[in-house]
Amino acid sequence: MVTAPTSYARTRPPDGVRLCARVIICLALLISFATAALADPKFPPLTGRIIDEAKILSAQDIRDLNETLRQLEGKSSDQLVVYTTPSLQGYEIEDFGYRLGRFWKIGQGSINNGIVLIVAPNERKVRIEVGRGLEGQMTDLMSGTIIRNAMLPAFRRGDFPAGIKAGARDIKDVLLGDAEEVRKRAQSIKPRQSSPNWLPLIVMALFIGIWFYTSIQEQRQAQSMASNMNRRRHGTSQSTSTRRGNDSGGIIVVPGGWGGSGGWSGGSSSSGDSGGGFSGGGGDFGGGGASDSW
Amino acid sequence: MQRPLRPIRTPRWLAPLFVAVTALSMAGCGVNNIPTYENEAKAKWSEVLNQYKRRADLIPNLVESVKGFAEQEKSVLTNVTEARARATSVQIPADIATNPEAMKRFQDAQNSLGGALRQLMVVSERYPDLKSNQNFLALQQQLEGTENRISIARRDYIERVKVYNTELVTIPGRWWKGLMYPQSKEMATFDIPAEEQKVPQVNFGTKKTP
Repeated sequence: MVTAPTSYARTRPPDGVRLCARVIICLALLISFATAALADPKFPPLTGRIIDEAKILSAQDIRDLNETLRQLEGKSSDQLVVYTTPSLQGYEIEDFGYRLGRFWKIGQGSINNGIVLIVAPNERKVRIEVGRGLEGQMTDLMSGTIIRNAMLPAFRRGDFPAGIKAGARDIKDVLLGDAEEVRKRAQSIKPRQSSPNWLPLIVMALFIGIWFYTSIQEQRQAQSMASNMNRRRHGTSQSTSTRRGNDSGGIIVVPGGWGGSGGWSGGSSSSGDSGGGFSGGGGDFGGGGASDSW
Repeated sequence: MQRPLRPIRTPRWLAPLFVAVTALSMAGCGVNNIPTYENEAKAKWSEVLNQYKRRADLIPNLVESVKGFAEQEKSVLTNVTEARARATSVQIPADIATNPEAMKRFQDAQNSLGGALRQLMVVSERYPDLKSNQNFLALQQQLEGTENRISIARRDYIERVKVYNTELVTIPGRWWKGLMYPQSKEMATFDIPAEEQKVPQVNFGTKKTP
């Protein structure tokens, strides 16, 4: 009998500790999932449209290329990134390519229209990695043709800048070839993917807000009514007054709620990348494209 | 005079608030994880099937174009055709993901088709006319791309299944399974055959072996 309360008192703090431990374990699991998915080679951060880690391009080449790529994105929203690397880190270039594309999220999220042109001069490998959304325009066959006809001859001469420029030019020409398709892709820049995650929360918050507002109104009315009625009659009129309060509150507030949600989805497209900096738009890669070696 | 006491009741707005908060916090602690992960894995599985189908669709044309130049390689060609027939005739039950045997049958058929195709590509190396034929080159490039997509689709599927299976046996998920999804079963993954560990390498003529 004596020990019961003390043991209870003693087990109490460990309970809290156990809860803490559980929370920590859950967090650790979450983090380990997040990192397990990223068993990737080491990729550099996406600092621009041209990332010349192998140092095979001059400043002028980079400027020229950048202009080509910027024009392309301006017209069709397609993102093309040129990456040269001193090492593929032991990966096959096909394997390296799609992971890199996913890591950088090249292409607009809604239509996955990104392409990465990868050149590995030391491994003598080149690849055009095509995002899922462009596999129809830039087919494997077309990618292979561009590599073989435009790029490899220059690479064999050791003239990397010429090969890369020719490749980028051809990719741009292919992507801008079908005017109708280009227009469609350019139009789809606007609905960016950022809103869907927020929308349910916003709507829920709105509804909670509405409830909160109406019920406070209702209580206030009920209170004032009740205090008014207090002297005369007690109780019976209270229920009718609350019902009336509820109705008017709903009618006033709901249109405001709809207006608010409309305004949100319009404003969410502002995370554009045309303002100086460059970033991937959330595009996905599924192994489209072609590679070759020289 | 004593002021009349207001009747004590929980404000009405508290109920929906309570429901909303509970729903949110439950979603936060993973009650939806099992069905979510299951659907993600299933979507990846359909991508795998899709890419395998794409490969099977390419084969008749490929066989035709090889036939024109390498009539004498009958055995290799029939191998490919038969393997394709087997692979496309394998019954895919709806529960294949949670049915390791069906999964293994499916895999074996696809692997033997892959093997036959590799053999065909090796053989076609011997025919210079074939190698310079535009039609064949095009098919070869597409096949190469499809093999690459297959391997990526498979890896994506394996990754999602890993997440799903882990969720079923680790703590918050395990409780939710017991509580709400007792019928959820672990999904099967591929065991990638040894010679394909290095996928996406199918060495067609376009690549020089080092």
